[in-house]
Parts: sequence; structure tokens; C-alpha cells
Amino acid sequence: MFRLMTRSKLSVLLVFLIVALVFTGCGNTDKEAEPSSALHLEISHVVGGSSLTLNSATPYTTPAGESFTVSTFKYYLSNFKLGKADGTEYAVPESYFLVDEAKAASKTITLSGIPAGDYSSLTFMVGVDSTHNVSGAKAGALDPINSMFWDWNTGYIFAKLEGSSPQAPGNHGVLLHVGGFKTPNNAIRVISPTLAGATIQIRQDRVPTVQMQADVLRMLSGPNTIRFADTYNIMGAGPSAMRLADNYAAGMFTVRQVQEK
Amino acid sequence: MPSFLLRRLAVLWCLGLSLASCGGNEKTEETGENSHTTTPYQLTLPSNLPQAISIPPDNPLTVEGVDLGRKLFYEPRLSRTGTQSCGSCHQQSKAFTDGLTKAVGGDGLPHSRNTMSLANVLWETTLNWDGAATSLEQQARIPIENPVEMHQLLAEGVRKLQQSDLYPPLFQKAFGTSIITEENVLKALGQFERTLISANSRYDQYLRKTGSLTPTERQGAAIFNNHPGEVGGVFIRGGACHHCHFSETGLFSSPDFFNNGLDVNFADAGRGAITGLASDRGKFKAPTLRNIALTAPYMHDGRFKTLEDVLDHYNEHVQTTSAFVDPNVLLSNTPNGTRLDLTATEKTQLLAFLRTLTDSSFVTDKRFSDPFKQ
Ligand code: HEC
Ligand code: HEC
Repeated sequence: MFRLMTRSKLSVLLVFLIVALVFTGCGNTDKEAEPSSALHLEISHVVGGSSLTLNSATPYTTPAGESFTVSTFKYYLSNFKLGKADGTEYAVPESYFLVDEAKAASKTITLSGIPAGDYSSLTFMVGVDSTHNVSGAKAGALDPINSMFWDWNTGYIFAKLEGSSPQAPGNHGVLLHVGGFKTPNNAIRVISPTLAGATIQIRQDRVPTVQMQADVLRMLSGPNTIRFADTYNIMGAGPSAMRLADNYAAGMFTVRQVQEK
Repeated sequence: MPSFLLRRLAVLWCLGLSLASCGGNEKTEETGENSHTTTPYQLTLPSNLPQAISIPPDNPLTVEGVDLGRKLFYEPRLSRTGTQSCGSCHQQSKAFTDGLTKAVGGDGLPHSRNTMSLANVLWETTLNWDGAATSLEQQARIPIENPVEMHQLLAEGVRKLQQSDLYPPLFQKAFGTSIITEENVLKALGQFERTLISANSRYDQYLRKTGSLTPTERQGAAIFNNHPGEVGGVFIRGGACHHCHFSETGLFSSPDFFNNGLDVNFADAGRGAITGLASDRGKFKAPTLRNIALTAPYMHDGRFKTLEDVLDHYNEHVQTTSAFVDPNVLLSNTPNGTRLDLTATEKTQLLAFLRTLTDSSFVTDKRFSDPFKQ
């Protein structure tokens, strides 16, 4: 059939073939690729002045003077946004992460595809937005296999602190499960820890690292002083979960350093 | 542009298209020996089980591989005495368990642990009570070579299979070579095990709205899924079972390990023997509760004969002072109480719910039965 074609018909076919090849290829037809890059967020967990060790032999002490150990500490960070000095913001799409002290790799978060630029604020949600609590693909960090799901009514557990304290009544177990996405007990908190004047400079050849610290004691103190003697078993959405969420929103997360790299 | 080049381009394009379509049913592989054709095995994933599955890229399911795996699963020549197969301990009628307190090996020697169910192992990322294996291919060598199980080096089993009339052609069909290897035996077993999907219990039918549960059973489900405690002035009653036997995934298991308060001093260190951590001592995998009414006796050492005994344990006998006992088994339905304190009625409801997890089609499905006994 080719033999019957004129030269010009052939070149039309050729163009068609090349276009077809490109489209059947990887499907990733980047238009003019805007320079973009990534940001690493390295999270360390502390209990006041000490680093957090799960099941540690020496107990920690709360600001209220109660002693306790930690067997589980994990929480969701999601809906990351980076803001520029001019007030514009870049929202990182589908950014859901489960940070788990028991899984070292989960404590480094990589946000990729961020347009190059100088950012002066970092904002994220502790927990999972209401849309994802009721529906949506439950894969990756949101997979219920991660043991952070209640049910359709209550949705995700946003943060879990488990352990024991001699001051907790009953069997001395401590189970603080914070969640709830409906008013009046909406425990979703959006926070922007201060960067203390630093800017996060994202360039195509530069992936900065933000070092952030989360202090377990700040979940138990701040606006509300938590005493295991009366608050040792929290689950679902409710006033107690709200008190813990208010605490962690008020200063559990602090940025220690923005490293240029 | 010369037309021969053009023709090549066209051929290339067609090739690209057919590669991209991935829908072809037959796959041909040049092996150097003989060419062979396998047919992809279509796994049907039930809608209420996780849709994300991870099958090792070097061991895709094929009809030929699954068929071979099924024969190997029921093949006693893989044991030293020639009397025991995987299917001797993993009996289909008991949801692939054996009804014994602790398993007994081919030589009659006692195993230290209770036989686990194989329902939905496709999704399990940690295998055995202590997570000693993380893939089915890796796991399968353990029972074959273990002195208290089939007690024969896999290499010896391979030699026996090679001498048979039955197997060389089956390996040829499944893997393109009639020279049997240890790796291909393990791969075929893994393929068959991945097809053992159980999701047609009355509970599943209720979720899929093709069946119903009684009020008692539904109350039992609520007890299973509720974390006991006060929320906004209302005390919710429950057993918090879902924190470790994940109901939301539909698997009723967890890839993690817990001390559920069976003992203060553990004879079997469980996960602790694998990690060497004191805090992991006495931790075991939370196994699936699917078909739980068929898989007695219960726990890693088969200490409980009945489900009633299991519920008595969680309700009244948790060893609350056991080191690193999980706080989720320290909860109480009595404010500041020291026992779970479900009422007798609630225990009956919970039991009724557990019984709805029995999948009678799974334990009679011909695809999973002993092919030598048909
Ligand atoms: C003597 C009885 C016996 C035989 C024979 C036996 N098993 Fe098992 N199986 C067990 C026991 C006991 C366990 C738990 C082992 C442990 O935790 O150490 C187990 C666990 C398993 C598991 C882990 C399931 C899970 O959910 O973690 C798989 C998979 C398995 N066996 C597959 C096989 C295969 C494949 C064969 C044949 C090659 C086989 N078994 C032969 C008794 C047996
Ligand atoms: C802290 C986590 C945890 C909680 C909460 C929990 N389980 Fe378990 N469950 C386990 C573990 C771990 C095992 C295996 C323990 C062993 O064998 O040593 C187990 C074993 C079982 C078994 C025996 C399974 C088998 O195949 O032998 C049953 C039945 C069971 N649990 C039911 C329940 C019920 C009902 C509840 C709620 C009242 C519950 N579990 C709460 C962790 C948990």
C-alpha cells in the first residue's frame, strides 16, 4: 500500500505516526515543564528535653507531674501548603502522610512537584480533611491497614498516643485517640509553625530540608493540662479529643532549621 | 524518506500499541529450551476486600502455575516419610487448619505452634505467628524442611518430583522448563495460595446487601467495632477488637504483632525471638478471624478449645501486668474498671457475630480441594 502513495501523502502519514507514537508512549506529555523541585521534611519526636523511645524502661514525666511510657505515637499530616511573601500559596496535591514513631522511614516526608520559588510559610493539617474521612480512595497513607480508621461515622483517627501510666486508673493503660471531623467536635487542626524568618528556597537543583520536631508533652499540655488520672482513654469525636487537638495545634510542632541543600 | 524506513516505523508503531494494550491473554516466552505459553490467572477480588494487592513481579499468577501449585500443595512426596503434604495440616474443611492444639509433623513429632488458616494470605505481609516470613515463596520452604513438619530438604523433594512422570511436563507448562528447581516449586505453591480468597460469608453478603444479619449478630458487630469509653457524656460499650483484627480492611487481621495478655511469662517469645527486643516478647500476629468458628483450637499454642474460652480470656482473664501488654486489651466497659466487663448477653452477641464470618463456599470450593482425591 505504501507504494501507491505519493511523497506528500507519505509525509502526512509519517507525522501522524510520530504523533501517535508520542501519545501511546508514556502519556506524560509535559507541556513546557515549569521548573519544579522538592522539599524534605524531617521529623523528630521528643518528650520535653529527651528524644522519644518507644517502650522505654525509664518513664517520662508530664508537666502535670505524672509518669508515663509510650508504646505508640502516630498521626496524620496532610494538605500541605507553601506560601510566598506576596501571599500566594501552592497547595501540594494529594499530600497525606502517616508519621509513625515505629517506622523510621515515615518520619521523612518528601513533597515533590513544588514550583521553584522562595517560600516563607509552611502550612499543614494534623488529621484528614472531612472529604477523605467519608469517601475517596483509601490507599497509601489512608489505607485502613494502618490501624487509623474507626468507621464511616467517625472516620480517621488523626493522632494516637498509647502507653501506660501508674496514675491512669483501671489497668493503667493510656489510649488517646484523637479524631472527629463534624461540628461541634471537629478536631481537624491546620497549623503553620513559624519558620523564624527563614525562607524555604526551592530551585530545580536545590531540595531543601526542613527539620521539624514534635514534642509529645505539648499534646498533654498547653491550653489544656491533661492528667492521666482523669483523661486516659479518649476515642472518637468529643470534647476530650478537642482538648488534645487544641494542645497539639498550639505548639507541638516546631521548625528547628531550614537547611539549604 | 525511503519507504523501507517508513515500513519499519509502522511496524514499530504496531508493536508499541500491542505492548501498551497489555490486554493480550496469551504470553509466550523464549526460554532457550522450549517456547511455552501460559494463560494469566484472573483473580477476582471481592469488592469489600482491599483492591491493592502485591504479587511478586517475578511470579505472576498463571492458570498453569496455580494448577501445579495446587498439586504440590497436596503432594506428600515433598515430605520425608511421603505421608504428609501442606494439605495434611492445612485442611480445606477447617479453613485450612487441622483441629489440633499444636501441629504434628510427618515424623509424629510435635510442633510448638497451632496451625494457621490460609484464608486471604494473598494480603498478608507478615507470615507465621511471629512474622518469620514476609512472602509466601519464602514461607513455603519452612514447613517443607522443618523437622517438626515435612522434614525433607527441598532439594530432595525436587529430586523426587523430577523422577515422577507427573511433574516434569507440568513444570514445563508453568515455567517453560521440565528441569524442576526449588525456586519454581516455591513459586507454584505461592501462586496457589494466593487464590485462597474467602469473602462470601454471611457477613460479606450483608455488606454487599445480598443477605442479612440478625439483630443479635449486628449488635455483636457493634461490640466488635466499638472502643469502650465515654464520648461527650455518653458511655459507648464495646470490645475494641477492631483495633487489632481490622474489620475495615475486611481481613480481620493485622500485619502487626501484639501482646494480647495471654501470659505474664511467655514460653514462646514470638516476635521477640525474631527482633531480639524485650518489648516484643510475647507479641504475636493478630491472625485473621475469618472462618474462626472452623479453626479451633485458638491462639499460637492452641490453648483455647472454644470461642467461648477466647471471649472469657478477653473479658475476664487478660494478664494486665504482663510486660508490654497492649493497652487495647486493658480497656473496660466499667468506668475505671480492670476487666473488659462485657455482659453475658454482649458476649453472646459477639460470638454470634464471629460465627457470621464462616464462609461455607470457601471450604467446599472445588478449585481449592485435593486434586488427587477427585
Ligand atoms: C505439620 C503441619 C503443617 C504442615 C505440613 C504445613 N504447615 Fe503451614 N503452618 C503450620 C503451622 C504450625 C503454622 C504456624 C507456624 C509458625 O508460626 O511458626 C503454619 C503457618 C503457615 C503459613 C502462614 C499463614 C499466615 O497467615 O501467616 C503459611 C502461608 C503456610 N503455613 C503454608 C504452608 C505450606 C505452603 C505448606 C506446605 C509446603 C505448609 N504450610 C505445611 C503447620 C503446617
Ligand atoms: C491488642 C490487639 C488485640 C485486640 C484488641 C484483640 N485481639 Fe484477638 N488476637 C490478638 C493477637 C495478637 C492474637 C494471637 C495471640 C496469640 O496467639 O498469642 C489474637 C487472637 C485471637 C483469636 C484466636 C485466633 C486464632 O486463629 O487462634 C480470636 C478468636 C480473637 N483474637 C478474637 C478477638 C476478639 C473477639 C477481640 C475483642 C474482644 C479481640 N480478639 C481483641 C490481638 C488482639
